[in-house]
Amino acid sequence: MSGPLTISQLQKKAAEVRKSILEMLEAAGSGHSAGPLDLTDLITTLYFNIMNLDPKHPEWDERDVFFLSNGHTVPVQYAVMAHRGYFPVKELLTLRKFGSRLQGHPERLKLPGLENTSGPLGCGLSQAAGYAYSLQYLDNAKHRWVYAITGDGELNEGNIWEAAMFAGKYKLSQLIVFVDRNNIQIDGPTEEIMPLEDLRGKWESFGWHVQEINGHNIESIIDAAAMARAITNRPSVIITHTIPGKGVEFMEYDYHWHGYGKSPQDYTTALKKLRSLNGKITGEHE
Amino acid sequence: MSTYPLNSRLYEADVKLEPIRAGFGRGLKAAGETNEAIVALCADLTDSTQMSLFKEAFPERFIEMGIAEQNLVTVASGLARAGKIPFTSSYAAFSPGRNWEQIRTTIALNEQPVKIIGSHAGVSVGPDGATHQMLEDIALMRVLPNMVVIAPGDSIEAEKATHAIVGNNKPTYLRLAREKTPIFSTEKSPFEIGKAYKLRNGHDVTLLGTGAMTYQLLVAAKQLEEKGIHADVVHVPTIKPLDNETILESVRKTGRVVTAEEAQIAAGFGGVIAELLGEKLPTPLLRIGMKDRFGESGVPAELIKYFGLDGESIARDVEEFVHKVPRYHQGF
Repeated sequence: MSGPLTISQLQKKAAEVRKSILEMLEAAGSGHSAGPLDLTDLITTLYFNIMNLDPKHPEWDERDVFFLSNGHTVPVQYAVMAHRGYFPVKELLTLRKFGSRLQGHPERLKLPGLENTSGPLGCGLSQAAGYAYSLQYLDNAKHRWVYAITGDGELNEGNIWEAAMFAGKYKLSQLIVFVDRNNIQIDGPTEEIMPLEDLRGKWESFGWHVQEINGHNIESIIDAAAMARAITNRPSVIITHTIPGKGVEFMEYDYHWHGYGKSPQDYTTALKKLRSLNGKITGEHE
Repeated sequence: MSTYPLNSRLYEADVKLEPIRAGFGRGLKAAGETNEAIVALCADLTDSTQMSLFKEAFPERFIEMGIAEQNLVTVASGLARAGKIPFTSSYAAFSPGRNWEQIRTTIALNEQPVKIIGSHAGVSVGPDGATHQMLEDIALMRVLPNMVVIAPGDSIEAEKATHAIVGNNKPTYLRLAREKTPIFSTEKSPFEIGKAYKLRNGHDVTLLGTGAMTYQLLVAAKQLEEKGIHADVVHVPTIKPLDNETILESVRKTGRVVTAEEAQIAAGFGGVIAELLGEKLPTPLLRIGMKDRFGESGVPAELIKYFGLDGESIARDVEEFVHKVPRYHQGF
């Protein structure tokens, strides 16, 4: 196994991943755009720097585990996994196609390396909490970590807050959750559809340790994860502020890109416009 | 086929009664003694569902979830991913009643060996009324791919079924009832997932029962015998996968079928049998159970009688059915 990538290597890797996502969506002809692009820096950093894993042995029993709760953003997880060596990068173009292991929403039994089956929102956090409970109370495995990502729109789901209460009660300190705070959901801005603020206060009142970071600053992501691992008496949530559609200017900030564009041509254009080189993506909105 | 050992006092007025859920409680505790992977999760109904026996014996493997059935089953899915065998319990009205989609996605499609224990199923819940009398759970669970569905007939069988599902490595629904239920089986009676059992021999009609209704069928069969109607009684504790062979063998002989369940017949056990017969052996069928209506408050025995689910009512309906409907089927 290679060691963790450096920040500049991660920035380059994230650019490659964004390119793969657009190629996948172009080939698939359907799927979600904004979330995968805004989660690229985070998930790239998790798989190439933060998590202890072995792509050649996805069931390695010492691994850190990753639960994607908002399964519709899975193109970015597939892209990162392929670049990390779980499966060939060329397989990414089978996304959403008949017979593919890369289902429209992730299915654990189809693709080695996935920890859960997800898509219907609100369930992944509970599964991550169940796993974290096992590590902390049943397996005496203090050296392993459970990472999870939820969407922000997904926090409308009651199941999320049941899980938040549960993790708070049992002080699941090996559970580290990133909330993708991109402020959009399908019907519009989150604060218009179903307001989430005071989001920090909500999590704190459920007994969680809360951090807020710029989700496109890789150094911040690494630091926040390290801080979360140092908190030993509470679960951790990292409110990760992101720009929906990050990296493709005409998609950024626009909730209409939560889903698919009008045609595959949109992604051809996006690929041309992708400002990808030399870490420019990370620097642009800081 | 060897004879199924029946409780010798089965037809006596003082037949031993015990809630089916009590067998589950004993079985889970005993299984916990030999299998350390078993963990138990409950949604604030630990005594009611009889999970309390496991909790007292293995407090470190019991997880109190509070009144949160969606989280109950999804946390269980995560525990299963970590290598555990999670048993979840609540009233059937809430689990799988409230959390069906979570079960579908994170347990059935995800193929995790989570055990969903739905207690207090059926109208025999009694005074709590329709909200708590779960009647649609068989229908909800049997349509899920990968899901095993079991409705034990009495507490002895529930204990055996609990042991059996520990090791089946499949998502499994176990349907339990609240009320004290007559015990018709014995410690020596067989139980295997996916098997149906012939309890009485006859040639005029096949009576197929699941859950506690099998006892009522036995009572009905005894009464029918006095009227010269001889019924084959087949107990079907596993609704999915169904023991087609045992059922069809009986139906080929009798040419008439009656099903009985304490649940909606639509898409329930009666629905299962209608589908089987429709495809394999079209045969006249009478389905006894809840017919597109909810239950209501009352004393359990009174409700069972009101809805025509007691042995006497069943005997009357079967007699009418046998006289009205000619023995007929077209095998292919």
